[in-house]
This record gives sequence, C-alpha cells and structure tokens, in this order.
Amino acid sequence: MIRFDAVTKRYPDGTVAVDELDLEAPSGRITVLVGPSGCGKTTSLRMINRMIDPTSGTIWLDGRATADVPPATLRRGIGYVIQHAGLFPHRTVLDNVTTVPGLLGHDRRTARTRAMELLERVGLEPRMASRYPAQLSGGQQQRVGVARALAADPPVMLMDEPFSAVDPVVREQLQNEFLRLQQDLHKTIVFVTHDIDEAIKLGDQVAVLAVGGHLAQLAAPAELLSRPASTFVAGFVGRDRGYRALGFTTGEVALQDEPTVRVGADVGDARRVARDEWVLVVDEGGAPQGWWLLSGDPGGRADHTVEAARLNLGGTLATAGGSLRSVLDAALSSPSGRGVVVDDDGRLLGTVTAAAVIDRIEALARDGRSGDTAAAGRP
Amino acid sequence: MIGDWWSYLTDPDNWDGRNGLWANIVEHVTYSGIAVGVALLIAFPLGLWIGHTGRGATLVVGTVNASRALPTFGLMVLLFILISPHFTGKTDLPYILPVEIVLLLLAVPPILSNTYAGLQSVDPAVRDAARGMGMTGGQVLRQVELPNAYPLIMSGLRSAALQVIATATVGAYIGLGGLGAPIYDATQQGPFQDTESSHLATGELLTGAFLVAALALLIDLVLATIQRYTTSRGITGRYRSSSDLVAPSEVAVRAAEGRTDLAPGGQQVAAL
Repeated sequence: MIRFDAVTKRYPDGTVAVDELDLEAPSGRITVLVGPSGCGKTTSLRMINRMIDPTSGTIWLDGRATADVPPATLRRGIGYVIQHAGLFPHRTVLDNVTTVPGLLGHDRRTARTRAMELLERVGLEPRMASRYPAQLSGGQQQRVGVARALAADPPVMLMDEPFSAVDPVVREQLQNEFLRLQQDLHKTIVFVTHDIDEAIKLGDQVAVLAVGGHLAQLAAPAELLSRPASTFVAGFVGRDRGYRALGFTTGEVALQDEPTVRVGADVGDARRVARDEWVLVVDEGGAPQGWWLLSGDPGGRADHTVEAARLNLGGTLATAGGSLRSVLDAALSSPSGRGVVVDDDGRLLGTVTAAAVIDRIEALARDGRSGDTAAAGRP
Repeated sequence: MIGDWWSYLTDPDNWDGRNGLWANIVEHVTYSGIAVGVALLIAFPLGLWIGHTGRGATLVVGTVNASRALPTFGLMVLLFILISPHFTGKTDLPYILPVEIVLLLLAVPPILSNTYAGLQSVDPAVRDAARGMGMTGGQVLRQVELPNAYPLIMSGLRSAALQVIATATVGAYIGLGGLGAPIYDATQQGPFQDTESSHLATGELLTGAFLVAALALLIDLVLATIQRYTTSRGITGRYRSSSDLVAPSEVAVRAAEGRTDLAPGGQQVAAL
C-alpha cells in the first residue's frame, strides 16, 4: 500500500504543484491519478520513487517512509514506465529488460530466461529480443517498457502516461492487455493519465486532481460517473456520463426467442419464420452472422437463397452477463431494433429491445440498487 | 612540379637518417600524440562532468569561441620567448613546451565541446528512465550517457587529431622537427624557380605537405574504423542483416537494382 500523508510540493518560485495531498493506493489495485495539465499528477507520481522530493509530508510505502530509503534502493524495488518508454537505444530489447536485475546483481542467466518469459507475456515474439529499440514500433517499445519494469518482479509499479503516445487502436490493445496482465500479477499500481476515459477504463479507483494539486475526488469509476463531488469533477468527467455509467451496471434483461435461418437457406423458409421484415441469420454453430432484409435489396433483385455477402452487419453483439451499456448498444445498433445477446462462446441466446433495456434500467434506479453498480465488471 | 615532388618522395636517401622523412614522421606523430593525449585527459573528464551535471556549460561555450580566435603561430613564438630563458643546459624543453601548449589549446575545445554535446544529446526520457529504475549517477553516466554520447565524443577526438596534425608543422619554425621541417627548410631555399637546387626544394616542400595531409587522413581513418566497430549497432542503425527487418519498399528497390547486399552504412527500416 502507498499512502500520501499531507504531501506538499512547493517550488522555489512559489508554485505549488501538490497541496496537502492525502491519498491511499491499496495493494494489488490500480489507482489512477487524472486531471488537467498542471494538476500535479505527474509530480505526485514522481514523489513516490523520490524522483522529486516532497517539500513537506510523508509518503509511506508498505509502512516505510520513502524518505528513509536511499533513492537508488527505493527505485530498484518499484517498476517505472514512462510515456515514450525511454528504452536505452544502445541496448537490445533483451538487455533493456534485464537492466534492473543487473543493477540488483541477480544471476544473469536467470534474468535472461525470465526476461524472455516477460516479453512473451507482454505480447512480443522471441525474435524481438535481439532487436534494438529503433527497430520497434511505438506500441512494441511500450510493451518492452512494461516488461522492463516487471523484470525484477517489483510489488509496486508507477506508470506515467504509458499509453498516450501511441495511436488509438494500439492504445486500446495495450490497455486491454495491461488489464489482463494485472489480473494475473496483482501489482500495486499508480497510473497517471490526462485521459478520463482511460482512467475510468483502467482504474479500480480514480483520483481526480484539480490545478494546484488539490484532490477533487477519490472514487471508484462508476461512482465518479454517477456522483461527481463537484462541478469541476462533473465538467472533467464530461458528457455521456449517464450512458457511460451503464458500462458498470449489470442486470438481467428478459430475452425474447428469435427465429433464425442458416446461411444458404431458402428465402421462402426465411419468409415463413420471420417476425417482420428482418430475419436473423446464424451459422451451423448457432453464432449470429447478421440480419437479412426480406423485402429484398435496394436494387430490386430477387434472391432465392440467403447469401452471406448480402447480410446487414450493423448490429453489435452483447454478451449475457455483460454491462447494460453493451446490451443497450446492441439494441440501438441493430437494424431490426432487436439487440442480439450471445453466450460466452458466441452462440445466440435471444434478442432484446431498447425499450426492454430502458425499463430494466429504470427498475434498477427505482429499487435504489445503483449502489452495487460499483462492484460490477468493466465495459 | 609534380615530377619534383615524385622524385623527392621516391628517393630513398631522403627517407633515412637523423633528418630524414621517417624521423620527421615519428617526431610529428609523437608531438601530436602527446598533445591529443593530454587534451583527452583534461577535456574528456571535464566534458563528462559538465554534460552530466549541466553545470559550467558557459565554460564550454567560452572555450570554444575563444579557441576560434587563437593565433597559433604568434602564441607559439611568444611562449618560446617567455619560456626559453628559464632553461639552461642541453634540453629540448624550451622548444617542445611552446609547441605542445599551443597544440593542446587547439585539441581541448573540440573534445570538450563534443563530449558535452554528446551527453546533452541523450534523450531526456532515456535519462529519466535510467534514474527511475534505480541507477546511481555514476551508473547513468557509464551505462547510458556514455554509450549514447560515444559517436559525438569520437568525432570530437577525430577533429582534434586532424587539427593538431595539420598544425604541428609550425614547430619547425622554432627548430623542432616533424613534417614541418622539410616544408620550412624548403621555403628557406627558394622553391618554384628553374634551378637545380630550387627543383629539389620544390620537391621537398611538396613532399612535406603531402605527408602531413596523408598522415592526417590515415589517423582519421584509423579512428573512424575504431569508432565503427565500438559503437552500439542500436545507435548506428547498422543492424545485423536479416531479411525480416527490411521494409518492403526497400526490398523492392533492391530487387529493381539487382542487388542483394546492403549499402554500407545504409539504414534498415524496421518492419512495424
């Protein structure tokens, strides 16, 4: 556990970067520090491993004041990942990863074996090990950065905007893999970002900091969305809060049976089972493939069989037991107005209308059960 | 003229003996080597310290600017006049010291400024990561800053060596040997006229000048070769050839040109 106890950082010119910060980052969880530029989030992070020394106050790391530990010793026990990865250009990927074990005087061969395992774990092929950082893409460099921070198996990781310098698609991949990695590793992580969506996605708890280094709110993501503590937090958390909060709400919604036809079936069969203009098409395993419009395609050509090439693929799929956000989205995006719900193996369970999901959301709100939304899974 | 130079250069008699060309070369290399060596001992640690701490950067700028205006020849003569009365007996020091001091003043600025610039050019994120992972100041310097600054430090050393070898010829004016000796000697005898002794002087002068240039190039080549094989491939970009590292566009270009080898020093593009 990391605990900030009235920590202040004041620079000689009088600027206060962090003001009397009290904060607790529980062991094994991800604590995200988020806020606008100049809110002191990076300063707070860098005070944990003494890259910056606080002006006053104490930071406790598992019951020890960090000020009592020599900086180099302290830092070797804390994983550190920064924005542009900061890989050593003159060392191969493998040598980069074994840096901290080397500093700690660990056995070289063991360190290299473990480094190879870590590279695989962060999604890099073994042949990457002998490459140099300049030969890697930004996303690959950041993966190496994470592997390097994990190399000596530190209980604590500090991550300073690690995913902000890569494109959105790679960023989402890295975020998902990071969450999967954390499920296995249970590190105590302090994560800095300026991106509230990233904070809500990754954080077990989110600390919103305001300019001048004040803690505006510390809460679980769902609570941050549903009960912002101030207009500043409400403004920072942004629009679509109500919709985004559904991402943390699960609830059973009654499913309707949906008539289906197989790919390649006769159009006449489809017409017989159809409930309206749209028929859901599935494959042999029962996995939804798309919607078939009975009134034919705009070109007016008459079809005899249901062809995969002419299916409408607009609808998203929701997984049973997932968030109400994904269920509602499935209903809203479906051309037939009926959202497709599947089981964990991707097989059709049934469909649901947007009206049914809204009824369910309103019923939950009436029951006042929004309190347990915090415990719900992530979107 | 070319004939004068060639016949002087290829005459074995001109190479041997106490004042022969071989002796001149050995002297020249010795004076230059001492100057560059001492300059390295002074400027390299100083540059590392300034580059690592960031303190005293103005000293670097000042030294480099001042060195541009250094009147080499005048300073050497002045030092000779000042120093020689303090020595008695049979010693070469009154001749050697002024030359070495002047050469040292030439060699220090490029080594100092390039060492400093090399350390400054290290990506701040890389330095931050090194410190954040628990490296001490000395470890950051040795394991991270030095390897990354190495190409620039070497280029400072090479530029110092070039300047010193080219300038060490002035020593001949106060009676020191080296490759300045044949040049100075020849100018005293009036080259570039159509007499037999003048043709000899012309050949001697051109031979001296040629050997200085050749020596400078040779030393630079040696240092460049050392640099090439001691710099990390991650910095030079000369990665081990391996077909999967080469971008498709480059493969296409190479196929079109019918080549399969990599151009020397050619940078490979990593496939993403």
